[in-house]
Amino acid sequence: MTTPAPVKTTYREAVRAAIREALQRDERVFLMGEDVGRYGGCFAVSKGLLAEFGAARIRDTPLSESAFVGAGIGAALGGARPIVEIMTVNFSLLALDQIVNNAAAILYMSGGQFSIPLVIRMTTGAGRQLAAQHSHSLEGWYAHIPGIKVLAPATLEDARGMLWPALEDPDPVLIFEHGSLYNMAGELAADAGAVDISRAAVRRPGTDVSLITYGGTLGKTLAAAEELGADGINAEVIDLRTLRPLDTETIIGSVSKTHRAVIVDEGWRSGSVSAEITARIVENAFYDLDAPVARVCSAEVPMPYAKHLEDAALPQVPAIVAGARRLVSGHE
Amino acid sequence: MSEFRMPSLGADMEAGTVVEWRVHPGDRVKRGDIVALVETEKGLIEIEIFQDGEIESLVMPEGEKVAVGTVLAMISGEAAPPPAAKVEPAPKVAPKAPPVPHRTESTGRARVSPLARKRAQELGVDLARVVGSGEGGAIAAADVERAAGQAPPTAPAPAVGPPPGTATDRQAAMRKAIAAAMARSKREIPHYYLGTHVDMSKAMAWLTAENLRRPVTERLLYSALAIKAVALAVHEVPETNGFWVDGAFQPGAGVHVGVAISLRQGGLVAPAIHDVDEMPLNDLMRSMLALVQRARSGVLRSSEVSDATITVTNLGERGVETVFGIIYPPQVALVGFGTLVEQPWAADGMIGTRPVIAASLSGDHRASDGHRGARFLAAIDRLLQEPEKL
Repeated sequence: MTTPAPVKTTYREAVRAAIREALQRDERVFLMGEDVGRYGGCFAVSKGLLAEFGAARIRDTPLSESAFVGAGIGAALGGARPIVEIMTVNFSLLALDQIVNNAAAILYMSGGQFSIPLVIRMTTGAGRQLAAQHSHSLEGWYAHIPGIKVLAPATLEDARGMLWPALEDPDPVLIFEHGSLYNMAGELAADAGAVDISRAAVRRPGTDVSLITYGGTLGKTLAAAEELGADGINAEVIDLRTLRPLDTETIIGSVSKTHRAVIVDEGWRSGSVSAEITARIVENAFYDLDAPVARVCSAEVPMPYAKHLEDAALPQVPAIVAGARRLVSGHE
Repeated sequence: MSEFRMPSLGADMEAGTVVEWRVHPGDRVKRGDIVALVETEKGLIEIEIFQDGEIESLVMPEGEKVAVGTVLAMISGEAAPPPAAKVEPAPKVAPKAPPVPHRTESTGRARVSPLARKRAQELGVDLARVVGSGEGGAIAAADVERAAGQAPPTAPAPAVGPPPGTATDRQAAMRKAIAAAMARSKREIPHYYLGTHVDMSKAMAWLTAENLRRPVTERLLYSALAIKAVALAVHEVPETNGFWVDGAFQPGAGVHVGVAISLRQGGLVAPAIHDVDEMPLNDLMRSMLALVQRARSGVLRSSEVSDATITVTNLGERGVETVFGIIYPPQVALVGFGTLVEQPWAADGMIGTRPVIAASLSGDHRASDGHRGARFLAAIDRLLQEPEKL
């Protein structure tokens, strides 16, 4: 018996492969959203799926987030397993009422009678000069809401493997795909499939400082860790993977070992995922901390369009390196 | 009024302990006076002051281990420029903006990390005597662990008193300091290496004749000739003498030759002999012997430890033929001498035997090129052919 050779693929293709597998495995699954059918998806994720699966299962919707997310909730209530695609997290705000007041709440408000097995995928993040109405990282807002799960695949494995367990989950699951990752290329096991969606992953073990991140900043954080390694600072990189529920155990395990934490989050720092992680570290590992918790987040401005301003507003490798150095050696 | 700070006595120094103050508030001091005895990884160093004035107050009590740059005393009188040496402090603890507060009573609650507090409790360490290395002088767990490895400061240390820490600690600390400096050198300095064989027959013949005339206590060793030749050769290729600092070469203010001295308990130091190019051989020989003795007994002066502008290492007595040295940052050159050996030597169409020494140059390619380095080595060779002029 031999393991099949890994295949070269991209994040975009991995997401498409996951959707295709779901459509093949379970006839209750269908995809709907703006331009997912004939146009092949705004980010070309669903390209070819309309021809393969037909218009009943690859459904183009009107430009009305509230309406088609609401329709998804209704379909899930009716026994289907909808995958709803929203073009960007900024646009999902039009469907916030459906997501927060209905999808997240119906199980509770019905006394446990009705669950909503709905998956909503959307793009998040900046870095592509799409300006303030297409570039924000608002996944932290959703991570605030009880009743939904929030996933942030940052690797090919997770892009390929998170969708199926999300569909299997009886409750609403939101998947945030960082727009800068779609072209990320690499190798993926030929038999890659479902992954665990409950735990964070240690992407790089280390001893001196924990760099905690997710999604679009994982690559930058790993690059920072390599740079720190050249200076003799051995950084551990945690990929959160799931923002709700947070894997507190993995975070605390790492920080208890390294005694220092830098949180890297493309969201703004005020009232954010990074703030929540900081609080959990202080609540659970205060006596193991050897330095204050540090954060590298986006500047608190609507994301600028101009390239140099956008670069300056986003967390970058030098800031991550400087933050970690300050904690380990007292200066940058 | 100006501040007298813990000096950096080399690229590898991070911190030092004031073992003994040699001055009191109210004392007049002048440039070059020894004001304190400081324990470092290199042993006990007599610290000189670089300005004239009156000691206002001694800020740092004896027995405190503090980072380079920490204020030790306040001096009234004109502020003087910092010491001529361009030695940068070790990058690891280079104090940024605010000086590291050594004590906390003035600022209220101490800045101590939760982990450091826990470790201090476990190890029974009094946090009041721990010096913080973290941001803004905050005490981290490693500072507590370091402090736990040291004896608590005793009442005024005796004159040349037992320095804090055991001999093993000091050796480990020195090893660490050497490791840091050498790793930095190999990381930052693009070394080039040149070697040549120098016919020492004229030098040895002159030395033998000269020593016959001298009382035993004033006899010269050939290493004095070699060091003098290096110091004079510097005049012909000045870019071998000085420092590479902030992306540029800074010429040395004099020719201060660092002499690598191995210590019996392990490790080495390379204290400087000042202005070797202007020093008669007699004085040079005396300085060398005194330096070796003081290095091995462990009391050097701060200017000796920090001022070297070029280093000479002589592994001749260890029997190796050639040394491929590592430059001591931020210096830019190191000259190595091997054993003086009798070798077959062709000259004037004849083969004979000559006393020969292998000289090598490790050069910093940012400051000089191989062409100039070759000229430098050739100058050393030429100078050694006229020993009477050294």
